[in-house]
Amino acid sequence: MSLINIKIEGIPYQVEEGLTILEAAKKCGYEIPHLCYFNHGECSQGSCRVCLVEVKGARGLVASCVYPVNDGMEISISSAEAVAARRRSVELLLSDHNQFCQACDKNGKCELLHVAIVTDARSGVFGGSHSEVHLDEIAPGLVRDTSKCILCGRCIERCKNAHGLGILGFENRGFNTFVSPADDRSFEDSPCIQCGQCVNVCPTGALMEHSEIDKVDHALRYGKKIVIAQAAPAVRAALGEEFGYKIGTPVTGKMIAAMRRLGFAKIYDVNFGADLTIMEEGTELLGRLKNGGVLPMITSCSPGWVNFAEYNYSDLLPHLSSCKSPHQMQGAILKSYWAKQHDVSPEDIFVVSVMPCTAKKYERQRDQLKVNGLSDVDAVITTRELARMIKRAGIMFDRLPDEDWDQDIMGDYTGAGVIFGVTGGVMEAALRTVYFKLTGKESDPIEFKEVRGHDAGIREASLDINGTTVNVAIASGMKSARVLLDDIRAGKSKYHFIEIMGCPGGCINGGGQPYVREFFLPNEDDDILDTYKEKRAQALYSEDERMTLRQSHKNPQVKELYDKFLGEPNSHKAHELLHTTYAAREGYNEIKLS
Amino acid sequence: MAKLNEAAVAQIEGICDRYKNEKTPLMMILSDIQNEYGYIPLEVQELVSKKTGISVAEIYGVVTFYSFFSLTPKGKYVIGCCLGTACYVKGAQIVIDRFSELLGITPGQTTKDGLFTLDALRCIGACGIAPAVSINGKVYPKVDVEEVEGIIESYKKEASA
Repeated sequence: MSLINIKIEGIPYQVEEGLTILEAAKKCGYEIPHLCYFNHGECSQGSCRVCLVEVKGARGLVASCVYPVNDGMEISISSAEAVAARRRSVELLLSDHNQFCQACDKNGKCELLHVAIVTDARSGVFGGSHSEVHLDEIAPGLVRDTSKCILCGRCIERCKNAHGLGILGFENRGFNTFVSPADDRSFEDSPCIQCGQCVNVCPTGALMEHSEIDKVDHALRYGKKIVIAQAAPAVRAALGEEFGYKIGTPVTGKMIAAMRRLGFAKIYDVNFGADLTIMEEGTELLGRLKNGGVLPMITSCSPGWVNFAEYNYSDLLPHLSSCKSPHQMQGAILKSYWAKQHDVSPEDIFVVSVMPCTAKKYERQRDQLKVNGLSDVDAVITTRELARMIKRAGIMFDRLPDEDWDQDIMGDYTGAGVIFGVTGGVMEAALRTVYFKLTGKESDPIEFKEVRGHDAGIREASLDINGTTVNVAIASGMKSARVLLDDIRAGKSKYHFIEIMGCPGGCINGGGQPYVREFFLPNEDDDILDTYKEKRAQALYSEDERMTLRQSHKNPQVKELYDKFLGEPNSHKAHELLHTTYAAREGYNEIKLS
Repeated sequence: MAKLNEAAVAQIEGICDRYKNEKTPLMMILSDIQNEYGYIPLEVQELVSKKTGISVAEIYGVVTFYSFFSLTPKGKYVIGCCLGTACYVKGAQIVIDRFSELLGITPGQTTKDGLFTLDALRCIGACGIAPAVSINGKVYPKVDVEEVEGIIESYKKEASA
């Protein structure tokens, strides 16, 4: 890599060739305001005109996010003309922007407001028309409100990069342009998997999770039901970020303390459900191996992935494990076993799941997951929504004591459950138990590090367990998953067991997790966009290491549950409560009127 | 895809195959479909998406970007009134308004009997004969507002013949 000489504000620097001005300036210590540019050029349309700088000899100002540096280039970021132009660009964006900022859930994390402050942009400078508003609040997982959209195209690129899907696109032309699924459909009436990756990259509040805070409020304040909360493993690895903790700081104890102060009657860890999932799924896998069942078996914990399969690979649905996802299983147990133990009716229990995920909001409404017409889970809030509730309640998170989960009936969990939150985690947890079932002893070392990772892409391993060869593969993000799925379709797959997660990196990078924006995180390293997934994953692996019980089959309360209630894994009762079915779905052809 | 019959599916797949060696085949495929069927509904876009790997949203974006493409069927006779600068100053607006009035539709719409579609066009390059009207490729020069009724009647007669 050769170095070239450039000057910024007259000061000489040496930078690598091939960088854009924006990237080069960053290395020299300048943050040029920008909006449409994102994540090393994952999106850089050069369309927002917020990153304009002056380059000596160039015709007019140039968009620094797409303009490459060259030897001898003289750049001015703070020339009067560049400063005025950047301000004008932002003022033009503001002129057609919904400015009810105080009512916007993105407030505090809004990049448009950030650049407006940085560029000193004033609102109301330009009058004129407002473009027509397209509002989609029909889908359970996601909300699209084009009155806040700045047409940067990040969501479009993320959907393509993560999943090869491209659900969103620009429609119409000129001032009438808006971003939408084809035909201005709701996400619900398109083959969108509602994973929320688009929400994670949206610079404004145009794409958001479909909030269920109101529903939870109502249950807590006015309802007569027992409101029980359960939190997924990935939440503890990221919630702290909302309260100024460094990325990768596990905040399990404070999270529980905060939830208790919000008024939940009981607070349980979805890890119990994860352990239960391993017992069911591990048994299902061993059964398929022994009895010549459909192989490879594929995990079914991720509702984003299940949606994708139903839309795009419905011929492969028999490969999916029939297991419900952990929080659904746990909800079903709460409304059966727990209800019986506490002598309450299932109808009087309101289960709130705290999830790193927007697709879970869709999942909980699925008919296939109901038991006797009753949903396992009554509301799903994301990590971000939990943070909003904590802030709203005036709880000073960092001053909270570390508290523990409620311990009765389903308080125990193992390290195997914890690692569900990262790509490869379900696989590793399953292997720990499958190893035991096949050999009668625990694996040594306990870990199966070959399946670990923290990003999209495919990993594979071949394990010899007591003479049985088990070939496994892991993929996250639908783009990676397609490769494995196409092999199965072509009859070329050599695997017995595949873990697929919807979001690249798994739940730690779910669509409901805190936003990662380097300029809102002054205490993080410069490369935080490249390392946050690894850091969050590490938070989970370290919790696993601290646990004394690290295999699902060792969870004493799970054992008790089987002894007293379910019988054995995959029993008739277990199937009734903990397993589900799938069905092919048409993408654009069905408009659901509900 | 249920709405498309087998012959249509085969024909659209054939159109896609014509351009399978092109780097950016989308515009050519859509042009052929537009010419063949007169419109490009969502089901057809889904089929093109399956064949080309281009997302439906992107195809829909292209179809709605260019006014040449249509999402709904066009009439038997497509009346294109040029509203380019030269035609406009020569009174094209009054001409298109007259078509609107007589047909009972606004530009972009199609009459209920499926006979006429009225389109407002930007400059069609016939400034010397402004204001110009083009109907199914036939160009009417220097159209006077008084002629409009006669033009419409002539096509109605042709259709019923």
